[in-house]
Amino acid sequence: MQSLPKRCLWAGLGLLAVTSQTALAAWQLDMTPGVTDISQEVFALHRTMLWWCVAIGVVVFGAMFYSMIKHRKSKGQQAAHFHESTTVEIVWTVAPFLILILMAVPATKLLIKMSDTSDSALTVKITGSQWKWHYEYLDYQGNTDISLAYFSVLSTPRDQIERPARASGLFPKGAAQDRYREDGNYPEAGEHYNMEVDKPLVIPTGRKVRFLITSDDVIHAWWVPDFAIKKDAIPGFINELWVNVPADKPGIYRGFCAELCGKDHAFMPVVVEAKTEAEFEQWLADAQEQQKQEELAAASSIDKTFSKDELMAEGEKAYLARCSACHQPNGQGLPPTFPSLVGSPFTVGDVANHIDIVKKGKNAMPGFAAVLTPKEMAAIITYERNAWGNVPADGVDVVQPRDVAN
Amino acid sequence: MSEHALDHHHDDHAHHGPAKGIKRWLFATNHKDIGAMYLWFSFIMFLTGGALAMLIRAELMYPGLQLVDPNFFNQLTTTHGLIMVFGAVMPAFVGLANYMIPLMLGAPDMALPRLNNWSFWLLPAAFSMLIIAIIKSFLGIADAPNFGWTFYAPLSTKFGPASTDFFIFSVHMMGISSIMGAVNVIVTIFNLRAPGMTLMKMPLFVWTWLITAFLLIAVMPVLAGVVTMMLTDRHFGTSFFDAAGGGDPVLFQHVFWFFGHPEVYIMILPAFGIVSAIIPTFARKPLFGYASMVYATASIAFLSFVVWAHHMFTVGLPLAGNLFYMYMTMLIAVPTGVKVFNWVATMWRGAMTFEVPMLFSIAFVILFTIGGFSGLMLAITPVDQQYHDTYFVVAHFHYVLVSGAIFSIIAGVYYWLPKWTGRMYNEFWAKFHFWNSLLSVNLLFFPMHFVGLAGMPRRYSDYALQFADFNWWISIGGFWFGVSQLILLGILIQVCFRKKGAPVSDQVWEGAEGLEWTLPSPAPYHTFSTPPIVK
Amino acid sequence: MATKPTQYYVPDASPWPVITAAALFILFYGAASFIQQESGSGIVQNEGTYGKPMFMIGVLAVLAMMFFWFRDTIKESLAHKNSNQMDVSYRMGMLWFIFSEVMFFGAFFGALFYVRLLVIPWLGGAGEEAMTHELLWPSFQPMWPLEITPSGETTQAMPAWGLPLINTILLVTSSVTLTIAHHALINNERGKLKLNLFLTLVLGFSFLALQIEEYIHAYRDLGLTLGSGIYGSTFFMLTGFHGMHVTIGAIMLTVMFFRILKGHLTPSNHFAFEAAAWYWHFVDVVWIFLFICVYWL
Ligand code: HEA
Ligand code: HEA
Ligand code: HEC
Ligand code: CUA
Ligand SMILES: [Cu+2]
Repeated sequence: MQSLPKRCLWAGLGLLAVTSQTALAAWQLDMTPGVTDISQEVFALHRTMLWWCVAIGVVVFGAMFYSMIKHRKSKGQQAAHFHESTTVEIVWTVAPFLILILMAVPATKLLIKMSDTSDSALTVKITGSQWKWHYEYLDYQGNTDISLAYFSVLSTPRDQIERPARASGLFPKGAAQDRYREDGNYPEAGEHYNMEVDKPLVIPTGRKVRFLITSDDVIHAWWVPDFAIKKDAIPGFINELWVNVPADKPGIYRGFCAELCGKDHAFMPVVVEAKTEAEFEQWLADAQEQQKQEELAAASSIDKTFSKDELMAEGEKAYLARCSACHQPNGQGLPPTFPSLVGSPFTVGDVANHIDIVKKGKNAMPGFAAVLTPKEMAAIITYERNAWGNVPADGVDVVQPRDVAN
Repeated sequence: MSEHALDHHHDDHAHHGPAKGIKRWLFATNHKDIGAMYLWFSFIMFLTGGALAMLIRAELMYPGLQLVDPNFFNQLTTTHGLIMVFGAVMPAFVGLANYMIPLMLGAPDMALPRLNNWSFWLLPAAFSMLIIAIIKSFLGIADAPNFGWTFYAPLSTKFGPASTDFFIFSVHMMGISSIMGAVNVIVTIFNLRAPGMTLMKMPLFVWTWLITAFLLIAVMPVLAGVVTMMLTDRHFGTSFFDAAGGGDPVLFQHVFWFFGHPEVYIMILPAFGIVSAIIPTFARKPLFGYASMVYATASIAFLSFVVWAHHMFTVGLPLAGNLFYMYMTMLIAVPTGVKVFNWVATMWRGAMTFEVPMLFSIAFVILFTIGGFSGLMLAITPVDQQYHDTYFVVAHFHYVLVSGAIFSIIAGVYYWLPKWTGRMYNEFWAKFHFWNSLLSVNLLFFPMHFVGLAGMPRRYSDYALQFADFNWWISIGGFWFGVSQLILLGILIQVCFRKKGAPVSDQVWEGAEGLEWTLPSPAPYHTFSTPPIVK
Repeated sequence: MATKPTQYYVPDASPWPVITAAALFILFYGAASFIQQESGSGIVQNEGTYGKPMFMIGVLAVLAMMFFWFRDTIKESLAHKNSNQMDVSYRMGMLWFIFSEVMFFGAFFGALFYVRLLVIPWLGGAGEEAMTHELLWPSFQPMWPLEITPSGETTQAMPAWGLPLINTILLVTSSVTLTIAHHALINNERGKLKLNLFLTLVLGFSFLALQIEEYIHAYRDLGLTLGSGIYGSTFFMLTGFHGMHVTIGAIMLTVMFFRILKGHLTPSNHFAFEAAAWYWHFVDVVWIFLFICVYWL
């Protein structure tokens, strides 16, 4: 009887030992030291705190275990009767207090340093929205006329993510059921699974970059562990934070949205590409040029008329990228919050309402007027009005860019 | 039964023993009945919240979405947190208070017995609203609350599902229940002590509950206030949490955490009291530093009102605010340390035995302290900006809540169960329960520190590949811990319903002290109608 | 008359608490459905129509339960079953309950101060929030009362020296008359007691009438509504909850009035009166804070 718990204890410890060994090989156990001065100081402070706690733990738990081993009744120990000592109480009040002061001093210094956003070379406005990041370059070395802005969206394909364990039933609502594979052969997850985006934020190294962060809808949080910066994106307010990636550390840094922001909170990663100053300036020029071209193309497309096939093809692509997070690739949505578009009063009803809701949004449905080009929007709407067996009641099954432009 | 002869000058049926059948429970005014209902209710909620946690762990066992869609995942997390905090831990402590405080003070019952009944029955009403919501969601009818147990605006206001309004009213009911329960406790303690039972002679469990009750009355109305603001923001056009009308989403967090931080101490102070009763018993040595324990508890409660913004280090508070809340939070380590040191000093040179209540109490002291350490690390603002909203935080609060609050409750149940029922639980199975819980709880929550430090955010339905291995082990630990709690269920059924177990003496434990041990086991239905005199 | 028992009195098993809990469940379940059905918020729409009847049934049931529950306690009190100790318990219970109400108002006052002292300046670009102003609300002017919200809604503020001042005088006077009534009760001067309690009621209900008048004025003439930005939100929530508490207090005092007419409540046994009086004074103090922080400053 006595020995069973003990046996369990040993089995458990053995198990733990095995785990931690396999784990150590594949795993990062501690916080990353990161690449910036700040992140390294944060890391150092973290380690200091950790060791203080370990040290205090060793003393406290040491005393406990010593007492548990020595002062047991089964060893014939007689209980002492002391139960008070003002001296000891004072000692163990003051000692932790002093330790706390030792911890507070470096923490204060570091925090003050982290809050100073002055003298930056580049200012980028970051806007979180369900479930993507929007980056807008406001000011580079005094030039406030950059007019470069784009969205950054998760690029991991959905069929790497959705791996339903059952063909049907309660759990995988919506489209996931379609992906059920009898043989369990789902596509392999890529190396940067859930940490990759279509267009990363690009910043220069060796320069102080200031971020102005806000949100369109709910609270998000923009976090890059390697920079040790995390700030909430609060709708209606702007928070500031900054980073200075050392000149010799260009590279790709990955992070997360760190504040619960709804359904796809886990699927809006942050990716930052730090380029050397020269490369950054080159990239900036290219990106501006490219954006200008796209805007021209969009403007000219308003007057063009596209074939239904062309719109359907582009519409499907854009739909999968922009809308399927909520309405699902098969259009079934995730009722009750995210309505099905199959036979919905909008998708098969009056086309004006359909255009309206996509442009302006409604409640939890974001408006896309500023996000999509007229052509993309026309393509998506065309696609929605024809896909999944939809047949528009008003007979309008093709929507052209000019229909949505005004 | 002899003391009842004394009070026959007013004729009263209730004094002749429990009513028969279901009425005994529905219409109960007896503190033991109500306490027992509280305890069983909380255990059922623990299993329910635990079952939701099992689903969370099953989904997180592997990367990718296998079982639930992300929206439902958020509903699981939210409902799990709410049920555990408001449904499992708090009612369990209220149950213990109901059962034990009158016995410990030499009082005949709680001061306001009918109010007491109402406090209890509000809980099933409140939680059925939450549980209806999650069941509806299971069936695909409607979404349950999906914004985390902290329900930050505007996710819960503009973007909350229809069930949010039910959730709001459910919180109102829990609030009424907690406030009334706390009023009852305070009044009982101030007004119903036996002659000679001065405040500084009260057992620490009573002291910690007195302070907890004060916290409850102070902060539950604030929670009611914040959900009311939510309701009007959602439906009546107010702009408390909307900058467009001059409000601020962060206002929500300030008001919520003004409640929320004292709330976490509401969930730990009574635990301190339980452990302070158990350790001296099995060390056979009086509690070390009784007075300083009382003062430390009061200091913790006092400080808990000025630290709330440590949950908000990343919302962009002004620098001075961040510093103030950091310092205040760090200060809490001092009185808490005093408590830990006093427990160690109580064990020191005692004559210890290791019955199951003691085992759980020792595990409590060690694991709670580990949770406290990570709390202290979280208090350091610049570093918290790295830890915040990662699994490091999840590890922290499960150490203080599961291996803290829950372990203390289990310790208390093992400690007083023989007094309640007159029968001893099965020692072997209880030890088996302890060792399984101890090992699995660490396998479950310790690696969460690692995934958190490595960068895994909390409330994620899916994660990057580098977090995969540990999450698998965490899930295994989770299932193991979950199954282990079914052992406890079995033990309780055996003792309470199947009436198995050896009869115990009045004293039960060799070293136990206090009025409750002077009573027969099981304690009679009505006790101390004539107050005992405390020397 | 029997003397008060020295023994502690444990009431019989009572059906009212559990039914009250069930009634509250019905009330709240109905309320949530009703709100979703009725409010034009558009956030959520509940198509069901059971909300309103369910809510009404809940309200009636809760009122009925209060009636039965209080009837039992009154009976006990009249039968002198309450020991002095029990009386003290009731008193303490009431005081702590009032403390919880203080904290409830505290949440709203806290919100008011936070918004006035911090949020409005921030939106106007104060402190570290220059960019908030510049990028998001460039045309916003910080001010209080907030007559133009960041999104451009306008309203007018409620001036302090008209109705609100009269209301302050009414409430303060009512506290005085109530205190006179209380002393009269203790000194067993029943006539004076009835008169002053009656005066208190008149003052209290006049306050309520004027408060309704003020709301009508706000909605109709000032364009000040619940939806008028944070000024409207805090104004109506604070004064509204206060008004609700005045109503409850007035009902309690009305009940006392009728009980006194029936000869209940003696110089030595009148906890119920005291509880109602405390509540009334508490509501009065809240009003003074309201007058200062919401109307005046
Ligand atoms: C029972 C519940 C409980 C308890 C007791 C505590 C105790 C503490 N907590 Fe914890 N906490 C939670 C429950 C609890 N917490 C929950 C639920 C959350 C998450 C909420 C959410 O977001 O969902 C949270 C989150 C949380 C955060 C926010 C993290 C974040 O989101 O970024 C912080 C930050 O400061 C914190 C700090 C602390 C501190 C300093 C203590 C201290 O009280 C600990 C004091 C104890 C010790 C320090 C150990 C013993 C002391 C000694 C042996 C003396 C010597 C020691 C030293 C000098 C180091 N907690
Ligand atoms: C006292 C409070 C308490 C307790 C006891 C627990 C217990 C557990 N918690 Fe939880 N937890 C919280 C409070 C608590 N938790 C809070 C406040 C949050 C934050 C929520 C938020 O982010 O908003 C949280 C979040 C949280 C998360 C993070 C979710 C996320 O961020 O997405 C996880 C993940 O692993 C988790 C796991 C567990 C597990 C495995 C247990 C285990 O200890 C559970 C033990 C299991 C059982 C007791 C089950 C036994 C029963 C069975 C095996 C079957 C029974 C069957 C039936 C009843 C039909 N909890
Ligand atoms: C953030 C999640 C989200 C995204 C992304 C999203 N929608 Fe929606 N959509 C919603 C929600 C929620 C509603 C329901 C709005 C309501 O009625 O309250 C909705 C409603 C609709 C409707 C009306 C359907 C009905 O029956 O009510 C259409 C049409 C629609 N969306 C099209 C789109 C298109 C096209 C896109 C992509 C360009 C898109 N949605 C992207 C969430 C989303
Ligand atoms: Cu965006 Cu989480
Ligand atoms: Cu806290």
